[in-house]
Amino acid sequence: MDDAGTVTAFWILTVITVGSALMVVAVRNLIHAVVFLILSFLGIAGLYVTLSADFVAVTQVLIYAGAVSVLILFAIMLTPRAGRDNTETFLRLPALLLAILVGFTIGFVALDADWAIADRGSFEETASAIGEALLSKYVLPFEIASVLLLVAMLGAILLVRPEGAVEE
Amino acid sequence: MPILAHWWDLRNLGNAASALLDRIEAWGAPAWIPYVVAGVIGIVGCLTFLLLSQLSFIWIERRLVARMQNRIGPNRVGPQGLLQPIADTLKLFLKEAITKRSADRTLFWLVPIVILSPGLVAFAVIPFGDGMVLAKLNVGVLFLIAVASLNTLIVFMAGWSSNNKYALLGAMRTVAMLISYELVQVLALLSAVLFVSSMNVSDVVGWQSHFHTWLLFLLPLAAVAYIFAGAVEINRTPVDIAEAESEIVAGYHIEYSGIKFGFLYTAEYFAGFAVAAVMASLFLGGWTAWGLEEWVPGWLIFVTKVYMVFFIYIWSRGTLPRLRIDQLMAFAWKFLLPLSLLNVLLVGGEVLVWQEGGYEAEVVLPIFAVVNWAVAGALVIVWGSVLGHLRPERRPRRALLTKEVGVIVYGQPEPGV
Repeated sequence: MDDAGTVTAFWILTVITVGSALMVVAVRNLIHAVVFLILSFLGIAGLYVTLSADFVAVTQVLIYAGAVSVLILFAIMLTPRAGRDNTETFLRLPALLLAILVGFTIGFVALDADWAIADRGSFEETASAIGEALLSKYVLPFEIASVLLLVAMLGAILLVRPEGAVEE
Repeated sequence: MPILAHWWDLRNLGNAASALLDRIEAWGAPAWIPYVVAGVIGIVGCLTFLLLSQLSFIWIERRLVARMQNRIGPNRVGPQGLLQPIADTLKLFLKEAITKRSADRTLFWLVPIVILSPGLVAFAVIPFGDGMVLAKLNVGVLFLIAVASLNTLIVFMAGWSSNNKYALLGAMRTVAMLISYELVQVLALLSAVLFVSSMNVSDVVGWQSHFHTWLLFLLPLAAVAYIFAGAVEINRTPVDIAEAESEIVAGYHIEYSGIKFGFLYTAEYFAGFAVAAVMASLFLGGWTAWGLEEWVPGWLIFVTKVYMVFFIYIWSRGTLPRLRIDQLMAFAWKFLLPLSLLNVLLVGGEVLVWQEGGYEAEVVLPIFAVVNWAVAGALVIVWGSVLGHLRPERRPRRALLTKEVGVIVYGQPEPGV
């Protein structure tokens, strides 16, 4: 984090990420909230790019901005009472208080901690290393995750199947 | 490889750019200035290519489709109607860009602004020639998929913010369709990546040039699956149920008029050229053509290939009828997806055999090509017959009566109730 370009990019991306994350909570319209959430995801992907983590950045765009947000959109479109949007809630003041307290704690820790500053290493290709690690050292978690996803998919199909559905 | 690397050497437009960058560096500018200048040059170059291609293809496509459908097509503005695209553009600029009062104004205006970006950004990782690539990203193929997935959201935004039933229906159709075909697309690109064992698009082109083959010959099933998934992604006619004129009028862009519609129209062409460019780079050898690149500029070969792939889309648009949405979804999930999965398994096995056995590429690759073509043909026929697509659903021996077909006749009780 030394040259002017990276620092500028970092600050622009931080403002986009944090600002749109705030807007997700602040806006009333649910679809607008999703759009701000996507902007926040893209900002995080940009931050990964400034850290030379190309694979993670592209995956962030693909999974979060491309897939998770579509999932959220589907959930909103198919929820019967989503038309109410973000209504007023009596928990507003306590939530604000809690958020300020959490922010204060994190800020205090961040400022107080004695951070070790690492030098920027050379750019390394991460994709093949991640692939090899996933299929050798971490093959068991990888397979468990895929089985979990399969179970989730089957469960979803079972849930939406109408009672006593017959084969075509 | 260019023999002379002067900046005016037109065989590689990257020479001029790198000469300029060297000059800027020689002036003693900070390191980020050449970086930014390179980005701007690349974007302007890609944009120029895309806009010029679009202007010419508006005319070419309309004339070609007209010829296929036994019409004349635009022939009034200029010789042979050549100035028609310019007249169209002027018309779109001058027409009123209406915004509905009930529309969601912010998102409605945002869509024409951002919809161009996925198609444009995809060209960042696609090499136009030797070294003529904006970003040699080593996760290039993944980047292409990620960028294409953003298109879904923008189309959804367009459909939702229009506050129109047809627009929302079109948007939901697009999202459902793109999610289904994204899987097929990823699996098709995965098999190409497996063979090359690199996700860098330049490496894929280099691999094909090195072994004097195209991945189309090695992976026929993946190439066909990609070209079909690409057609779905860019909403061309055999699969354009998102904007089917006869069902939901124009789908997600029903409420867009004037220059806002112009932007949506442009974005469709950009996405089309992006899909064609990915096809040309990954399956058709990119800017190389078995030594022809020594004599002809690489970018000329590449652009020719892109236009030829795009012609396939025009051709299918002019000749094929539109599929129904259930047919399209069934085709993705029941046909293309299992076949693509089997294809990935086969390709993985072949790569394993090649690497572990240590065979010569000249021996192994022709065998792989023959095996893959045979397996692809067998799979299509076997799977098609399992699903019952090889013959019509029923063959009546004699002409049927209305009540036997089960047609609902007005005033009569419904059959089977």
